[in-house]
Amino acid sequence: MSARRTERLLNLVIALLATRRWLTKEQIRQAVPQYAENESAEAFDRMFERDKEALRELGVPLETGTHSSWFDDELGYRIDPDAYALPEISFTPPELAMLGLASRVWQQASLAGPASRALVKLKALGVETDAASLVGIEPRVSTNEPSFDRLYAATRDRAPVAFSYRKGGRGEPARREVEPWKISSWRGRWYLIGFDRDREDSRVFRLSRISGQVQRIGAPGTVEAPDDVDSHAMLREVVVSTPDRTARLRIEAHSGQVLRRRAGAPPHTGEVEVGFADVDELAEEVAALGARAEVLDPPDLREAVIVLLKGAAAAHPVAPRATEAAVRAE
Amino acid sequence: MSTQTSAADRLSRLLAMVPYLLTRQGVPLADAARHFEISEDELVKDLELLFVCGLPGHMPGDLIEADWESGKVYLDNAETIARPLRLGLDEAITLLVGLRTLAAAPGAGDRDALDGALAKLTEATGDAGRAAGAVAVDLDDGVDALVLSTVREALADRRRLHLRYLVPGRDEATERDVDPMRVVSLAGHWYLEGWCHRADGVRLFRLGRVLAAHRLDEDGTPPPHARSRDLDDQLFTPSPTDTLVTLDLGPRSQWVVDHYRPEHTEELDDGWTRVRLRTADTGWLRQLVLRSGGGVVVVGPPDVVAQVAHDADLALARYA
Repeated sequence: MSARRTERLLNLVIALLATRRWLTKEQIRQAVPQYAENESAEAFDRMFERDKEALRELGVPLETGTHSSWFDDELGYRIDPDAYALPEISFTPPELAMLGLASRVWQQASLAGPASRALVKLKALGVETDAASLVGIEPRVSTNEPSFDRLYAATRDRAPVAFSYRKGGRGEPARREVEPWKISSWRGRWYLIGFDRDREDSRVFRLSRISGQVQRIGAPGTVEAPDDVDSHAMLREVVVSTPDRTARLRIEAHSGQVLRRRAGAPPHTGEVEVGFADVDELAEEVAALGARAEVLDPPDLREAVIVLLKGAAAAHPVAPRATEAAVRAE
Repeated sequence: MSTQTSAADRLSRLLAMVPYLLTRQGVPLADAARHFEISEDELVKDLELLFVCGLPGHMPGDLIEADWESGKVYLDNAETIARPLRLGLDEAITLLVGLRTLAAAPGAGDRDALDGALAKLTEATGDAGRAAGAVAVDLDDGVDALVLSTVREALADRRRLHLRYLVPGRDEATERDVDPMRVVSLAGHWYLEGWCHRADGVRLFRLGRVLAAHRLDEDGTPPPHARSRDLDDQLFTPSPTDTLVTLDLGPRSQWVVDHYRPEHTEELDDGWTRVRLRTADTGWLRQLVLRSGGGVVVVGPPDVVAQVAHDADLALARYA
């Protein structure tokens, strides 16, 4: 089935490239033999729609237009050979090796498809990769947040969006309307930088705090982003804001090494003071230590840790002691 | 690499293959197959497909001519698709952002090659350059600059490293001698992949947990049987003697799937996923369960469930 569809798509591309004038749907149906298998006009229409979508996804620039002598609603199709073709480029083997590395940055992300297709397309140029250029530094980025795909597309297309956002702490989710400027990954998390329409100012949003689906609330191309959005600086300013609060923790001696390092505290002291800005983030660090750590102060951090521990406890109701047999049967 | 290729992906390959073959008349089948990273059988299937495609009418003179009987490939009558297809917007963006990310990574790759690729690609992809400016990947994770440069230099000079390393799951500092193999950035953090002499195996060390790194005067060439992990395969390599755990992951914990690469995943309702994975010790898992506040749930085996329930209860007792 796949081979047949590939043949059909290839014949379609050839027909649309070869024509000097607009081709109607009917002419396309005649030109591509594989469309003859459709019993009805509706079946052909559906097949043709799917095929057009496949071409668009591949980046084939499909044009539509009309011929003056046709009826008003008759659409014609073609592909402009100059719009279709890759401009003349010639990469050197080391440059192609870098492009390969660049593509692999996305291997674990939802954009892995376009990233690897890009390399396949460049194979047309016939340059062989220079493996010696691969020096042993390999970045990878991931896109785990459910809202990534839609926000990426909206930022790319410069379309304003609305989404439900939960600020730090135990805040209630609130609807935000944002003009997206830049989407950035840092320390494994994605952030959106944009103009918040209600607050009339720029804001940084952490994608993991977005719930539900991101909606577009305006047409593409309508967002004007400043030329010089310094995401590097903005993220550090907002995300790792100077710890403006201090937590007092009791940590068992020789435990909690990561927190102790952060607090600059030696391995054995029982009470540790650590600066923080993000309650959620510190709560996770403390909760992870279980009974080896306890929050003395402040109350909202203490509460946040208790909520996490209760959540974990509730998800694992204490069952009657497992017998050997039950364990073996697993 | 013969996974099920979609029709669209196969079309993409064919549209790249035709320009390549037209400008390399007589290229051996093996060379062309290697270039496109497919088997010779797959290449022959592609040629057989090209053979039956062509201009509308599909009369003999309309079809693409392909001859590979001699083991060398000759292609003709494919003028309409003689030029390579341009890059789509997302395709260009991923490459441009990838290159810029590499350019900002400390000591990454050949500077000239990076700059050259970036300049040429930007020019060839027009609009995409601007759109690509809307996406940024920042790899700086606050790693101590001295640690990073010591590690990179040892890697470049093939010298062994001595590390004081904070093992996350076990909350203890260990001393290790490591032959560096490569430096990778995963999920926003830098890691050294190297042959650990203490563990007698290839290990990943998060640079942010390296308390101290010293370059030793010994040769740091890893043993011949040291194999780099396929990064896109596993962050953690299981062994058959490990414990098999079953976890339910909530919507905010789906990253666990990518990070730990379970052997089995199953979609449940409401955005939850059930996974099975193997692990040598459960320290990291117990920490993960607590910090997730119910977003990561251990379903089995019962003794791990009991352990985790006990951890949570003990911890809560401190706040009673």
